[in-house]
Amino acid sequence: MTPATLLRTPGDAIALLGEELVALPCGAAFWPSERTLIVADLHFEKGSSFARRGALVPPYDTAATLARLAATVAATAPARVISLGDAFHDGFGPERMSEADRAALEALQAGRAWIWIAGNHDAEAVGDVGGIRVEELAIGPLTFRHEPRRGATGEIAGHLHPAARVRVAAGSVRRHCFAGDGTRLILPAYGAYAGGLDVASRAFAGLFETRALTVHLVGEGRVHRFPAGSIVGVGVSRDGTGPRRANRS
Amino acid sequence: MLEKAHEGRPALLIAPTGAGKTLAGFLPSLVDLADPAKRPKMSLTARGVRRKGIHTLYVSPLKALAVDVARNLEQPIAEMGLAITVETRTGDTPAHKRQRQKYDPPDILMTTPEQVALLIASPEAPDLFGSLKRVVFDELHSLVTSKRGDLLALGLARLRRLAPDLVAVGLSATVKDPDELAAWLVAQDPDAARAQADIVTAPPGAPPDVRILEPADIEGWRIPWAGHLAVHAMPAVLAAIETAKTAIVFVNTRAQAELVFQELWRINEKNLRIALHHGSLDVAQRRRVEAAMAAGGGANGLDAVVATSTLDLGIDWGDVDLVIHVGAPKGASRLAQRIGRANHRLDEPSRALLVPANRFEVLECEAAIEANAAGAQDTPPIRSGALDVLAQHVLGCAVAAPFQDDDLFAEVISALPYRDLTRARFDRVVDFVATGGYALKAYERWAKIRKTKDGTWRVANPQIAQTWRLNVGTIVEMPMLKVRLVAKMKGANRFGGRILGEMEEYFFETLTPGDTFLFGGEVLRFVGIRETEALVMRAQGKDPRIPSYMGGKFPLSTHLAERVRGILGDPASWRALPDQVREWLELQRLHSRLPRPGELMVETFPRGNRWHMIAYAFEGRLAHQTLGMLLTRRMERMGLRPLGFVCNDYALGVWAATDLGAAFAHRKPSLDELFDEDMLGDDLEAWLDDSALLKRTFRTCAIIAGLIERRHPGKEKSGRQMTVSTDLVWDVLRTHQPDHVLIEATRADAAAGLLDIRRLGAMLARVKRHITHERLSRISPLAVPIMLEIGRESVPGSAEEELLREAADDLIAEATGR
Repeated sequence: MTPATLLRTPGDAIALLGEELVALPCGAAFWPSERTLIVADLHFEKGSSFARRGALVPPYDTAATLARLAATVAATAPARVISLGDAFHDGFGPERMSEADRAALEALQAGRAWIWIAGNHDAEAVGDVGGIRVEELAIGPLTFRHEPRRGATGEIAGHLHPAARVRVAAGSVRRHCFAGDGTRLILPAYGAYAGGLDVASRAFAGLFETRALTVHLVGEGRVHRFPAGSIVGVGVSRDGTGPRRANRS
Repeated sequence: MLEKAHEGRPALLIAPTGAGKTLAGFLPSLVDLADPAKRPKMSLTARGVRRKGIHTLYVSPLKALAVDVARNLEQPIAEMGLAITVETRTGDTPAHKRQRQKYDPPDILMTTPEQVALLIASPEAPDLFGSLKRVVFDELHSLVTSKRGDLLALGLARLRRLAPDLVAVGLSATVKDPDELAAWLVAQDPDAARAQADIVTAPPGAPPDVRILEPADIEGWRIPWAGHLAVHAMPAVLAAIETAKTAIVFVNTRAQAELVFQELWRINEKNLRIALHHGSLDVAQRRRVEAAMAAGGGANGLDAVVATSTLDLGIDWGDVDLVIHVGAPKGASRLAQRIGRANHRLDEPSRALLVPANRFEVLECEAAIEANAAGAQDTPPIRSGALDVLAQHVLGCAVAAPFQDDDLFAEVISALPYRDLTRARFDRVVDFVATGGYALKAYERWAKIRKTKDGTWRVANPQIAQTWRLNVGTIVEMPMLKVRLVAKMKGANRFGGRILGEMEEYFFETLTPGDTFLFGGEVLRFVGIRETEALVMRAQGKDPRIPSYMGGKFPLSTHLAERVRGILGDPASWRALPDQVREWLELQRLHSRLPRPGELMVETFPRGNRWHMIAYAFEGRLAHQTLGMLLTRRMERMGLRPLGFVCNDYALGVWAATDLGAAFAHRKPSLDELFDEDMLGDDLEAWLDDSALLKRTFRTCAIIAGLIERRHPGKEKSGRQMTVSTDLVWDVLRTHQPDHVLIEATRADAAAGLLDIRRLGAMLARVKRHITHERLSRISPLAVPIMLEIGRESVPGSAEEELLREAADDLIAEATGR
């Protein structure tokens, strides 16, 4: 059941082994039939992680990420929330979390299942942040884990922070994105300070059936869906002319 | 000059290049140092033995200039048999020598602004500078218009405190406001009238011999309507080079330099020795070109060098006897300084040839020659001191020694750029340096400086000082990639090969493997990016994709713009123009009319299935770009359905899906409403926050202020370098603490620099009720140049979301067969 408040936008559906998920503009995925909200790479306390090493970047990232997450939870009313790992930027993140942010997180967790999948940044996380911690999780045909495994099917993962540059009428635009090929889905990083890695880079090699690759770029109020052929570095041919486009002048 | 020195007074010496002003700046020091009684000595102080310090400090904007001046100074010292030591200290000076200089300094030290910042923060600073008598700033006019000048002004304030008797001397080219520059040299008291140094002006040299390239110079040359590359004029440029011993061919951008260089070589049948010099080329390569220039037109020398602003300043080359300026001069002072690079003998005129690349540039060249003959100057005013630079300086002061904030504040406001700084702002900067300056006090335990019980601020740990030293300076490069040439071979292994130079990372991000571009005079094929390198191969293609035209670097000066408008409005003056240009203006008068001085003329006409509006604002590309962003937002809201805009230095063009001419004629809206100043309020704020320009500016401020570290070559790989995208930090900071000191610094920078908001504001205020509308049935002759720019320009920032939507929806429509 999809809550009435969940606003669907054109091209936001993602098919994965017969299941239908929704790519949300905030960078989370929603699985309506399981009322499950999935987020990847929250990187809470990345700001303070930098601060303790001398770069005093603004300490508002955790609050910003939580505020966005709270809005999405309110809109989707999930029964279950899955964090796909790297919820904290480092193992001491939970200790540094402010009281206000901790309370905000607790409020989000109330009344629903909350699952922390372990990531590489927060594998040794210390401190109690509610929910349950697992290495990975299977629900129906789908497997949730932090780092995508080559050869896996029905996998939803994070870790890689996918971003894509696509061709538009005047040049190209780069955004964080969902990357999927029908058997695997990698979510964009959700954290306010989490950067993006180009899907054309080597880290993604061998993960997707290139021709079936579809990206959903996060945008303002909607996602923008593009096939492999529009992605710079993936579907654009070597002579640089790219796939033919309709003449729209 | 000597007189001033004997009186012990600070002085500003204004002289054209070649007047020997640099050596004049040192004469008083040599006189002083020749007298054994006046030489600095070792002395006993409370701290023990004070070592002999520096007598004269010379600061130059260029390393090469410091080295060259040192060489030129050593000669007379040797000839006079004086026991005076002269040394240089730059980023290239070996570490052991720099270390030795700290405990055994020379009498005269030649250095750069960054080294001054490092030296005053060293523990040896009181000894080094305690007996400093004079400081000489070379090319002061070029230093004070950037953040480097802010940092140097703060450094000078510190030097004055270490050596209260210090006399500052400035050497400068001719500027618009010499009094301001003279004030920069001396300590300011914010409660008193502005103090200033004495001004000594050298007599001007012979007036230069400047000529504009005419159509008659090249058979069949039609002066282009648009474009900036002047490719067709190259045979005449080559012919001019032949008449000179050595020529400098100045251009405005790197892209132009590449193309002009390539074109000259294509037609260079006599194999004239022509070299290329710009900021992206490998340093070793640039040094080779400079050495060849120094050799003159002789056997090992050069016939010409194609150069960007990298050769605007610097060493005098005796053999350069012709300056060729390809493209618009942009500013009267700028052109005068470039022309001055030819012929360094005062009694002979400098020779220059101006090569306009299009018809508007013909007018601009004409205006620049008029301005030059009248001795008019349009150098920009001295900036008000940047807060990010102040943050860097504050931490540097703590690195030097614990400081009291009252003392430091008094010192800082004695520097001209910070004269008007309030105590509250200063305290916010100190708070920023300490814990980031956040309303949320989260970082007390990681403070960089702490206030101790005795009221002094101290650096929290030695690591902070170390990091500060590695990040000193205000020149922030855009992220760069090394350009490496790889061989054509099969398989993945494409390492090895020569480094050709480096270019901005964002340029390569817009490329697709296979794209070709010009670099170092060669056509290269982009292979891909590997770590910090862009891999390229030699390409056979004759039609390279050219590095994007960075026309924004030097906008048309207000002064020249006024003169161009003056020429347009005065048909009697058209006699001096080439026939083709005069005919163009006559046609404009026939089909529409010419913009009058003081008004903003707007033309509207239909073309294709669109309606166009051209506003002849003459405020330079940057101001026009900002105006375009704001105007299209407003037109969108007014239901005028704007589809895009384009600009050059002279005009702004907007095209729309509704009949703009009809709308303005029916005053729905009126042009006064459309161009109302209030667009600089909320609209500006809203657009700015999302603009890529502002994010780039924020990155620079964040690095200078020490919020994040510079990217140091080689450190990326080790992974020790932490990265967080400054774009993301900006988004978070502006939502959660919009009044943060770095946001203030960023906005101030953007308003003054890239967006030219002040100029735009002044224009909007000026043209109120002087906006005239010419409703035409077809494109006017004057509109052709700007219309030809359509499609060459990429659409800036805020249209991004719209373009994404369009592209995605197109594909959806295509796929669903709708």
